[in-house]
Amino acid sequence: MSKILVIAEHLGGTLNSSTARAVSAAIAVKGDAIDVLVLSDAPDAIAAEAARIDGVSRVLAVARAENAHPLAAVLAPQIAKAAAGYSHVFAPSTTFGKDLAPRVAALLGVAQVSDVMSVEASHTFRRPIYAGNAIVTVEADAAHTVVATIRTASWPAAGSGAGSAPVEALVIDAALPAHTRFVALQQGGSDRPDLQSASKVVSGGRGVGSKENFDIVYKFADKIGAAVGASRAAVDAGYCPNEMQVGQTGKIIAPELYMAIGISGAIQHLTGIKDAGTIVAINKDGEAPIFEVADFGLVGDLFKIIPELEAALG
Amino acid sequence: MKILVGYKRVVDYNVRIQVKPDGSGVVTDGVKLSANPFDDIALEEALRLREKGVASEVVVVGIGPADLTAHLRNGLAMGANRAIHVVAADAVQPLTAARVFLKLIEKEQPGLVLLGKQAIDDDANQTGQMLAALWDRPQATFAGKVEIADGKATVTREVDAGLEVIEAELPAVITVDLRLNEPRFIKLPDIMKAKAKPIDSIDFGSLGVAAHDQLKTTHYAAPAKRSKGVMVKDAAELVAALKQKGLL
Repeated sequence: MSKILVIAEHLGGTLNSSTARAVSAAIAVKGDAIDVLVLSDAPDAIAAEAARIDGVSRVLAVARAENAHPLAAVLAPQIAKAAAGYSHVFAPSTTFGKDLAPRVAALLGVAQVSDVMSVEASHTFRRPIYAGNAIVTVEADAAHTVVATIRTASWPAAGSGAGSAPVEALVIDAALPAHTRFVALQQGGSDRPDLQSASKVVSGGRGVGSKENFDIVYKFADKIGAAVGASRAAVDAGYCPNEMQVGQTGKIIAPELYMAIGISGAIQHLTGIKDAGTIVAINKDGEAPIFEVADFGLVGDLFKIIPELEAALG
Repeated sequence: MKILVGYKRVVDYNVRIQVKPDGSGVVTDGVKLSANPFDDIALEEALRLREKGVASEVVVVGIGPADLTAHLRNGLAMGANRAIHVVAADAVQPLTAARVFLKLIEKEQPGLVLLGKQAIDDDANQTGQMLAALWDRPQATFAGKVEIADGKATVTREVDAGLEVIEAELPAVITVDLRLNEPRFIKLPDIMKAKAKPIDSIDFGSLGVAAHDQLKTTHYAAPAKRSKGVMVKDAAELVAALKQKGLL
């Protein structure tokens, strides 16, 4: 009998949509219960949000001052204790979950399944390796708790609104280390949609040419209400900040519409977008690999085409 | 201070991965093998810390079959002082790798362990975090900037929300991201010098680490391919097509 504990990701007092995606994977396990664990200094509002997600049985809220920032060394011992009695512990495969889940797994002395794309059976999962160039079927030992991170782009967010799970305060008796301390978080502070959950994304690559030129990408994205991403080449060249990187080592996304502008389409970039609904590529090089995966391709100078697109949109 | 660096050998970054037709694995015979790119960055950072006088010794660690020594020589040619080769016939899973590192830490007493944030073969992104947990020490994953002073590391981490800065008391585990540095190229004289540097071989079995890998990979498949779409002739046609699909 499976009981799944989903670790909630949140920032600034708000639940991240990655949590509801991890709940979708938990639903696919077809277990008996799905509990969401919220670790925070002030968990009430976040727990209330989690309680509305469809399929959630209970929300467990741990309020501790040490949980003000998501430090894996502080959160993991609490999760390891809370995991008693659960067959599965799921976390989203975001930088939050990637940092945290292996620390939990090691404390439990169990292996971790990273980036779960599909659930084949309660202990059988599919996940990508080699930048998504191979998909493996992995069986975890049913005698142990399964710790897994959930590849958010593979799972829709579980619905929200219908659920009304009870919220229970949980007190965990765990000694927490003070050897790791939060100093600061520098956020982009953009008003644009969130890259990881946006339905439309416009990304720029090396072809955009400079940080200043990237304005044309931002302006177009704003016109169609899209989030903005970038290739690794564009981030490495300093055109835009790291949190905009899409690809194997950046964000893996699955928007309904992905527009790659001036991106050649290295395999590592394609890994990050292959679950997108519709891919559009605009590049001056007609031989660029991005066209191999694009639903719509347009060869030409992006500095000429983007204004034309804006004009055509009216 | 001594720094241990994980130095894994993987299928080269530029190789197009082929899944075997029978689903038993990916083709690795005859393909080029190289250092995991993230591990090169970890080694580079360790070497820079030694050049700044923060570290005194850099030790590269590899776990793998007998022929892994040639790969470890590359790490020595890049500048590591010595290498430890944990001889294991089969690939080990992250938890086992972390347990191996813990055994080496007990012996070597490093002030810092630098690892790549993930290896580009299994893309697991686990070993550093697992090691930090088993060692009961801080972890700073996805490092984009590392400063060491006064017995602590101040690390800027590349996270989804932006850049997070944390402080970790040493000893600690740091896993590195792509933009931390650009690894140096190996020069021919360094390859010659590396031949004289020591590689300690330790048999995996002698470490007392249970090789109990809990995950079984039962099948390998090629990913679902996206089919090539259509080329449009101009902006107007593109906008019309996207509007027809309800995307704009």
